[in-house]
Amino acid sequence: MAVTVSIPTILRTHTGGEKAVEATGSTVAEIIDDLEARHGGLKTRLVKEGTLHRFVNVYVNDEDVRFAGGLEAKVSDGDTVTILPAVAGG
Amino acid sequence: MLQIRRDLVDEMVAHARRDHPDEACGVIAGPDGTDRPERFVPMTNAARSPTFYEFDSAEHFRLWREMDRNDEVPVVIYHSHTATEAYPSRTDIALASEPGAHYVLVSTRHPEQIELRSYRIVDGQVTEEPVEVVESYLFSHTGADDVPDRG
Repeated sequence: MAVTVSIPTILRTHTGGEKAVEATGSTVAEIIDDLEARHGGLKTRLVKEGTLHRFVNVYVNDEDVRFAGGLEAKVSDGDTVTILPAVAGG
Repeated sequence: MLQIRRDLVDEMVAHARRDHPDEACGVIAGPDGTDRPERFVPMTNAARSPTFYEFDSAEHFRLWREMDRNDEVPVVIYHSHTATEAYPSRTDIALASEPGAHYVLVSTRHPEQIELRSYRIVDGQVTEEPVEVVESYLFSHTGADDVPDRG
């Protein structure tokens, strides 16, 4: 399954400045592993102790995967996966 | 330096006052490459807390997609502190993820007094910057949006 992954500004150092990259996989976890293989260093920015980092939002199309199984959320051919660091603070 | 129109400053302060004692948050979007805040977008603080803020994730997604379509960027990201000074907290610094944005802090700790300050937060480094409040961007930039209103 090939999907397009939209990369936020702060992580574009890992993708040579690209805003969007291709990745393959049938779940968010597989997509992230494939991203890591192609653009080393991304995974630790997204995943912590086997779950999505609390302050990183990942969307499949327009759905926040936190409400769709987290890392196990399914992705299909042609989907768009969007990564957005939460805008948050104290 | 952050140069910003007075009406946008007033909007941020009004939003912060309205949501007090909870923290308020939002974005002022502007055309990519201009560093000019133009479009005021108050966001929902999903945390609804006096000590924490977090953009609602669905609203966040919609706004970022919309800005992408419009060739806009988040020129200003603002939030309020309701009991402390307008200076980034440790959490603000740790979570700051838009190196190109001006992080504006509004403190509502004093009911009669406005405290509004602006910072760059890049790789954990906080740099305060001056804020210049202007009536319009007419004399400071050029561009199609700078044509004065008629009448």
